[in-house]
Amino acid sequence: MTADDSGLRIRSLRVTIGRDDAENDILRGIDLEVPAGQVTGLAGESGSGKTMTGMSVMGLLPAAARVSGQILFEGTDLLELSPARLNAYRGSRIAMVFQDPTASLHPMLSIEGQLTDHYRSHTKVSKAAARKHALEVLEKVQVPDPEIALRKYPHQFSGGQLQRIAIASALMCSPSVLIADEPTTALDVTVQAGLLRLLRRLCDDLGLAILLVTHDLGVMSSLADRIAVMRNGEIVEAGDRYQVITAPTDPYTRSLIDALPATQTTGPEATP
Amino acid sequence: MNVLLELDDVRVSYRQPGRGRIQAVRGVSLSLGAGTVLGLVGESGCGKSTIAKAVCGLVPIDDGSITFRGEPVRRLGLRRRDPHAMRIQMVFQNPYASLNPRRTVGRQIEDGLRVNPDQAAWSVASLLEEVELEPAWASRYPHQLSGGQRQRIAIARAIASGPDVLIGDEPIASLDASLQARVALLMRKLALATGAGLLFISHDLSVVRVIADEVAVMNAGEIVEQGRVQRVWEHPEAAYTQRLLAAIPAVDGLGRLPG
Repeated sequence: MTADDSGLRIRSLRVTIGRDDAENDILRGIDLEVPAGQVTGLAGESGSGKTMTGMSVMGLLPAAARVSGQILFEGTDLLELSPARLNAYRGSRIAMVFQDPTASLHPMLSIEGQLTDHYRSHTKVSKAAARKHALEVLEKVQVPDPEIALRKYPHQFSGGQLQRIAIASALMCSPSVLIADEPTTALDVTVQAGLLRLLRRLCDDLGLAILLVTHDLGVMSSLADRIAVMRNGEIVEAGDRYQVITAPTDPYTRSLIDALPATQTTGPEATP
Repeated sequence: MNVLLELDDVRVSYRQPGRGRIQAVRGVSLSLGAGTVLGLVGESGCGKSTIAKAVCGLVPIDDGSITFRGEPVRRLGLRRRDPHAMRIQMVFQNPYASLNPRRTVGRQIEDGLRVNPDQAAWSVASLLEEVELEPAWASRYPHQLSGGQRQRIAIARAIASGPDVLIGDEPIASLDASLQARVALLMRKLALATGAGLLFISHDLSVVRVIADEVAVMNAGEIVEQGRVQRVWEHPEAAYTQRLLAAIPAVDGLGRLPG
């Protein structure tokens, strides 16, 4: 994916907070391709910098952060844009889904408001047209009874349904890049299974470039096409899903996989 | 099997303002023997934490009985817990909330040591070593430790009192994935080394599979299946257990979507 501009390309991304020396680097020169029509996985433990990478793309880093490098989208370096110009991309061309939908949706706003407010500010369409579009998107993410759902409030939904609504909100402006930061971590496994299927379908049907940030290698293994593993602000390994999971070359990746209960034998008798 | 903890047809309900009562636990029977690990798994809202709270006397039960060494577990009030009930210890999900932020971890472990009938069993230093931390860390405060280290302190504090029954309510859910299996195995090791029984509550079947001898699967307030962990894992009988197992994403790199 070299000539294709439809995804996201991150080049030598460095983020520092605090004193300007290598010790304080949160990201130490990240290179990452997030091509269209693929799920690119970013794995690693807490504090490894995977969320910071997603936040850099969205321009959501703390004010004290110093950033260098490039984040290329449709030939534009997002890091060069003024806040006003960045807003034209953020939430419309590039959207994000967070871990906790109860925190990312406004508790006092009806689902119609959650879906149409930012859509109307980006597109200037009429209220009725925005509503019609919201119904289509809710249909797409398989929220039952979209008509009724639009009139409800977040507290009236379960966690899994809320995450679908958060995804719908992200899809309203038909983005070409979706950043999903631990999108299923707060959910039960049976609910998670449904959401993984949904994300796969959206990626395939809409040609979305999805950046999947998760510490869960099971989720990674079932959804990501390519996987990059982060540690201490660096990508220590990147490659094809099957290769990274089954034959990791980096010792840190190896240790992450070996630590999983799923890779250990059944029953306490078999463990030291 | 020397039965320590026995739950017989336990029912617990909560009052919901304006919507009557919700039955959280609908007739659950379980028994935990000395030197065994019982895993209790299920999804959010299935009633597994309510069982943990009922066993500690933190919520009243509507019906049935909970006995610990043949004596009923009484509801916890404002008074000091009676010494008999202190033989049941708990490790909670969130080590940021369960430790006192204003006291050193050494002092908090000492609290546990004080009620241990076998005063010579442990020292603060030996317990810290047992949970793979530096003995010198006894003088640290919880905020100086990471989440995984705090959870080790919570485990050390529970073990310090020499419990007969150790209850872990999602004790590894807030830890990094690479730490989860290690901390779970540590709990198993310490519980069994002291001859206690461990009731390990988790939504994560794959961890329970590694540390439990027996597993009980809960759904909507009822136990739908119970048995040796290997049997349940390899030949699940209840439809719900089958669905739960099928939903766990496999780490095989094949890109198969679960469910």
